[in-house]
Amino acid sequence: MSCSRRNFLKTALSGSIAASLPLSMFKFLSPAQVQAATKTESDTRWGFLVDTTKCVGCGFCVKACKKENEVPYDAPITRTWVERYVVTKDGKTHIDSPKGGRDGFVARHEDVDPNVEITKAFFVPKLCNQCENPACVQVCPVGATFQTSDGVVLIDRSWCIGCGYCVMACPYGVRFFHPELKVAEKCTFCYHRITKGMKTACVQACPFGARQVGNLKDPDDPVTKTIMTERVAVLKDEYGTKPQVFYIGLDTNVR
Amino acid sequence: MTEQLFVHGAEWTVKELFCYPNEFIYWSIQIVMYPYMTGLVAGAFVLSSLYHVFGQDDIKDMARFSLVFSLALLPVATMPLLMHLQQPLRALEPLFTPHFTSAIAAFGIVFSTYAVIVLSEIWFVYRKFFVEQALELKDKPGFKNAFFCRIYRVLTIGAYDISDEAVAKDHRAVKILAGIGIPVACFLHGYAGFIFGSVKANALWMSPLMPVIFIMSAIVSGIALCMLTYIIIMEWQKFWAGRKSSATANEIAGAEVDMITKTSKYLIGFLIAAITLEMLDLIFRGYTAMKSWDILRSVMYGKDFMNIFVLQYGMGNLVPFILLLMPRLTIRRTFVALCLVLFGVFMMRWNVVIGGQAFSLSFAGYMHYHLPIIPHNLETFKEGLFGALTVAATPFVLFWAINKVVPSLKSTN
Repeated sequence: MSCSRRNFLKTALSGSIAASLPLSMFKFLSPAQVQAATKTESDTRWGFLVDTTKCVGCGFCVKACKKENEVPYDAPITRTWVERYVVTKDGKTHIDSPKGGRDGFVARHEDVDPNVEITKAFFVPKLCNQCENPACVQVCPVGATFQTSDGVVLIDRSWCIGCGYCVMACPYGVRFFHPELKVAEKCTFCYHRITKGMKTACVQACPFGARQVGNLKDPDDPVTKTIMTERVAVLKDEYGTKPQVFYIGLDTNVR
Repeated sequence: MTEQLFVHGAEWTVKELFCYPNEFIYWSIQIVMYPYMTGLVAGAFVLSSLYHVFGQDDIKDMARFSLVFSLALLPVATMPLLMHLQQPLRALEPLFTPHFTSAIAAFGIVFSTYAVIVLSEIWFVYRKFFVEQALELKDKPGFKNAFFCRIYRVLTIGAYDISDEAVAKDHRAVKILAGIGIPVACFLHGYAGFIFGSVKANALWMSPLMPVIFIMSAIVSGIALCMLTYIIIMEWQKFWAGRKSSATANEIAGAEVDMITKTSKYLIGFLIAAITLEMLDLIFRGYTAMKSWDILRSVMYGKDFMNIFVLQYGMGNLVPFILLLMPRLTIRRTFVALCLVLFGVFMMRWNVVIGGQAFSLSFAGYMHYHLPIIPHNLETFKEGLFGALTVAATPFVLFWAINKVVPSLKSTN
């Protein structure tokens, strides 16, 4: 058998390349294994539970939110608000939310005739629904508003161009322009707090436990437990946004 | 109280019954101007293409003029957006980091594509003229001649071949560009319609017909503005020509009734298409009577009845329709009809943009828009009467400047 120098070098080179290849290169992974290995999904999904039967309309949540998130206190915009519904015997529904319910509901609803009997009345706190399929994120032309891996929709204040498309796209009317920063603004579930293990400002301020924030991916979380075991509803599901703020005691009159 | 003034929208919004606290009329007069101006651009271009692509020779002069006029309108289409943005210095971000799920993100791309087509078409149309001027002015003395000579030399981009063969090639290029331009112009404007039509949160806007309605009314308004400007300029020339002895026959002629009659036929055609689609949309909403219909009906037939049925459909569509269809069309009658058509399309934009925000997302309240007239800060100027007038006046200023270099009003005969 003749072995020229050329052949020897060739064989040696290919042999060493072959030897350096780990056998695992040729292992076939199932898609599930790949997904598990390159996992980017968070094990947290923030959700919110509002028990409207517990809300008395004190407005502490609105106050706390405005202070915590530096939303100008007297400006007529707010990240969270409380609505009052008064249904009278004549079949009319009267809704109001003076100053977003910040100072509580101390006066009678202006349009309610004192002579007509009130059949039911209740309060409904509102905040960003942190939708699973957020219309606001879809329409942002520059990607300044985005959904975090744990499900909260945030706004990059340094990148928002202030076109207002997200404000128009939100079916819940939670967005507005920050009067000082001149960019889109909305409830963030107090992302700076919840990611550090704290409660949101409104949850902490609520004296009646009407508001709760929790991790929907954790089956032992009290919020998740309630949502799983009790009858809850969401607002305006017809828009297909998949809102993640769940309500106990929602009424057909609630808008 | 002063703090309250800086909330965007609070200044010109008056709420009635129950509206969510954060609801205001965020998209105001400038967003009315935006589709109006884009529509004029698209319409002017389509009018010029009728001649270039479909060989409608009788509107030749009008076609040249409207092509150049659509160039003058082009930069103005972006002006309302700049005036409206809360962060105008970040206006280029949609080009740097476009988020393509948004209907606005591709605006820059569509818009620049269209701009390139318009610019190159104009170049091909006027290339021969540029070369002739560059050569003619070359040896003439005087600063003005030297200045224009330089401009024309730049405009030729070094292509001095004006043999019959080369000019024939130019014509072919114009035809192709005009052909591509029609769908792009329609896309540019249909796209503006899509921006509104795709907002699912807004009961009035959400309609797949919106882009088509926008295209039709855009063409109507574009044709109307071109005709109107053309009539004004030609009659103005005629007026001045009558006063001086050196007037040319062309100047004395004024606007040609034949051409105006012909162009107004196109106008009527597109007007019928636009009204049909709008009516279809309205009837469909009433017939299906979805959840939002109650509030929509109260806005359309109640609060905005004057704006929609009297000003838009009555004054803006029906009256000019009759005026243009009556026999023995005169320039004066056309002039009135065109003004009304332009007003009607403006009211249509108004009723879509402002009307779409006239009711609360809660369907339990209304919002009324009060256009800021006397500005008392930058915002009330930008998003007020004067901001809108600035936008409306700019194309005429630009046209005056462009027309110094590209004489679009000289008759080709």
